[in-house]
Amino acid sequence: MSGRVLVGVKRVIDYAVKIRVKPDNTGVVTDGVKHSMNPFCEIAVEEAVKLKEKKLVKEVVAVSCGPQQSQETIRTALAMGADRGIHVEVSGKDYETLGPLQVSKIMAALAKKEDAQIIILGKQAIDDDCNQTGQMTAALLDWPQGTFASEVTLDGDKIKVVREIDGGLETIKINTPAVLTADLRLNTPRYATLPNIMKAKKKKIANVKPADLGVNLTSKLEVLRVEDPPQRQAGMKVETVEDLVGKLKESGKV
Amino acid sequence: MWLNLTPSRRLLSLRWSLIQYRNITLENTTRKAAVDKVLSAFRSICGKDNVSLGEAIREQHGKDESVHRCRPPDVVVFPRCVEEVSALAKVCHDHNLPIIPFGTGTGLEGGVGAVKGGVCFSLRNMDQILDLHPEDFDVTVEPGVTRKALNAYLRDTGLWFPVDPGADASLCGMAATSASGTNAVRYGTMRENVMNLEVVLSNGTVIHTAGKGRRPRYNVDHHIHPVALLVVVSSSYYFVFRKTSAGYNLTNLFVGSEGTLGIITKTTLRLYGVPEAMVSAVCSFPSVQAAVDSTLQILQTGVPIARIEFLDDVMIDACNKFSSLSYPVTPTLFLEFHGSERSLEEQVSTAEEITHSNEGSDFQWARDAETRNRLWKARHDAWYAAQALRPGCKAYSTDVCVPLSRLPQIIVETKKDLLESRLTGPIAGHVGDGNFHCLMVVDPNDPDELHQVHLFTERLARRALAMDGTCTGEHGVGLGKRALLCEEVGPLAIQVMQGLKDSLDPGNLMNPGKILQRGEL
Repeated sequence: MSGRVLVGVKRVIDYAVKIRVKPDNTGVVTDGVKHSMNPFCEIAVEEAVKLKEKKLVKEVVAVSCGPQQSQETIRTALAMGADRGIHVEVSGKDYETLGPLQVSKIMAALAKKEDAQIIILGKQAIDDDCNQTGQMTAALLDWPQGTFASEVTLDGDKIKVVREIDGGLETIKINTPAVLTADLRLNTPRYATLPNIMKAKKKKIANVKPADLGVNLTSKLEVLRVEDPPQRQAGMKVETVEDLVGKLKESGKV
Repeated sequence: MWLNLTPSRRLLSLRWSLIQYRNITLENTTRKAAVDKVLSAFRSICGKDNVSLGEAIREQHGKDESVHRCRPPDVVVFPRCVEEVSALAKVCHDHNLPIIPFGTGTGLEGGVGAVKGGVCFSLRNMDQILDLHPEDFDVTVEPGVTRKALNAYLRDTGLWFPVDPGADASLCGMAATSASGTNAVRYGTMRENVMNLEVVLSNGTVIHTAGKGRRPRYNVDHHIHPVALLVVVSSSYYFVFRKTSAGYNLTNLFVGSEGTLGIITKTTLRLYGVPEAMVSAVCSFPSVQAAVDSTLQILQTGVPIARIEFLDDVMIDACNKFSSLSYPVTPTLFLEFHGSERSLEEQVSTAEEITHSNEGSDFQWARDAETRNRLWKARHDAWYAAQALRPGCKAYSTDVCVPLSRLPQIIVETKKDLLESRLTGPIAGHVGDGNFHCLMVVDPNDPDELHQVHLFTERLARRALAMDGTCTGEHGVGLGKRALLCEEVGPLAIQVMQGLKDSLDPGNLMNPGKILQRGEL
């Protein structure tokens, strides 16, 4: 047992920013916009660091796929307690079309290369809301998956995962190695403190190219158009219930 | 009282009231005519969509979270930048219209009520965080930025802005009311943490109180904990001062001016390092004196305690009921320590020794976030717990501050007053600063009870003044404490304040009716 945890962290537009669609409708404005770690990835890092503090795992490795700036995201994970980082360089056109399938191939390759025991990812990214990377990674590795985890307990060579599902909470026990994806209530991520940020500057971030991992980044998806949600229409006041029913019938809603 | 007058005096009084009524109505009509004239000017400055006459919008901008009734403005404008604020202010100035700045409406002293109508400047569209300098520990924000928004923005930098008044208030609004909070005992209030302001005066002039873009360098002060000296860069354990001797201190003139001297459109704030670790603790005491003595001694031994909150027995009882807790129903202290792992051990053990020597019991402490939150839940829910004591009632918070040495006496006398007046007023206080609040739970539909509470509050404020204290520790003067302010600083100081007001705002357009009284208002 390597006792190594791989944590995926994605650099996304900060959740507090007002998103604007580019005038040519090909995407959203990212230039000059504040970026930070995907909130669910923060929760994933926190969980990994907690496992290390409980001495249940030996090493936490933070991984990010993206351009040069993704290193900042890895540094934040290091400041939260990860031991080292791996930056998989993807930039330009490749970065624009980078999606869960490519990332999961990268994560699977890294898991084999680093002999990881557990992979923890955020359940989804707040920019694409795909909720696919964890599941695809598990499938590629043929590992069990504990997704939407709101509680994780290591039990020998098995993991007990409480999952948040539509009907309530589901508890499963899976073998390791395994893939987990973090849901909102798994934990409260710690803030990076100044001393830890300073220490993080000394931790190592390795540079890897997707080709070195034998991963093909070609995407089978093409974004046709990005639009704002429709503007909210003004409401209408009616005098009587009959009017209301009439208007509803008119608009075809009833 | 009117019935005590003789018939001829009653007639005179009636005539006087009628004249007042006529004058006010005339004033209202004149003002309404002026507002109509300026609407098109407003619209051309900030856009049609950013000028609102809607009744709901005006009412929303005429009240805050105090018990003062809503006093809606005539129109609400939503400027998007300081240039628009300046242009709008010029228009108001030229037409003699009152200007009321509005941040988040979370004030507690009726500061946003438009007592003479006028134009409310809602600054929520100016919500940029500008010029963050992590190495210098400062950031500049616009009025639409709230303290939680700033701290969320800063979360990756290892810095935070610790002044925490409870509500998620606008930082510029906090500067305007000189807000404080539960951790003032360690990090100070807005007064110590505002380095520079951009202010628009009543005639539209834009000034920078410490000069444009300037961020006065900071110095360290004497409250350095010995262990913290070992930590190289983290100034999280240090109190800091401004360091500049250039001219009059304009920044601190506007801090606490509650919108009566100008509209704050930017504030530069001092940031601190996020604490490496936190420990929370709770301890019960047999008496108020024992609790306050412990506080004094903890401060005197130099423990850089971050929060030290006092809850009296009535408050603890309410919290037990509300949150299903089982704290002993006696005066209780809630403590929070910030620092490195090693310094925390020392801080907590020193504090525990002190509380024991003062007959404190049931000392519990916790390190991890979940248990800490559980320990402090009582304090966090105090406001709601107080209201839950009498369902259907509203809570009004008093706010006085006295030197620490007088705190036990004033709390004991206040509790006696509460019993005698048969009022419900659980007490929660920031004992580290000598500041405490009685959360008066009143039935808003009972004018008699409201009157009793009002009288009680006045007695409490005067009691505090008699003990060399202040009538408002952190909430501001606003509408309700103008007379008390006169008593507190004295008529000569009030004259100087009035002189400053007249010089900066000769037309009395900036938030009229607040802080200073003027004639019949």
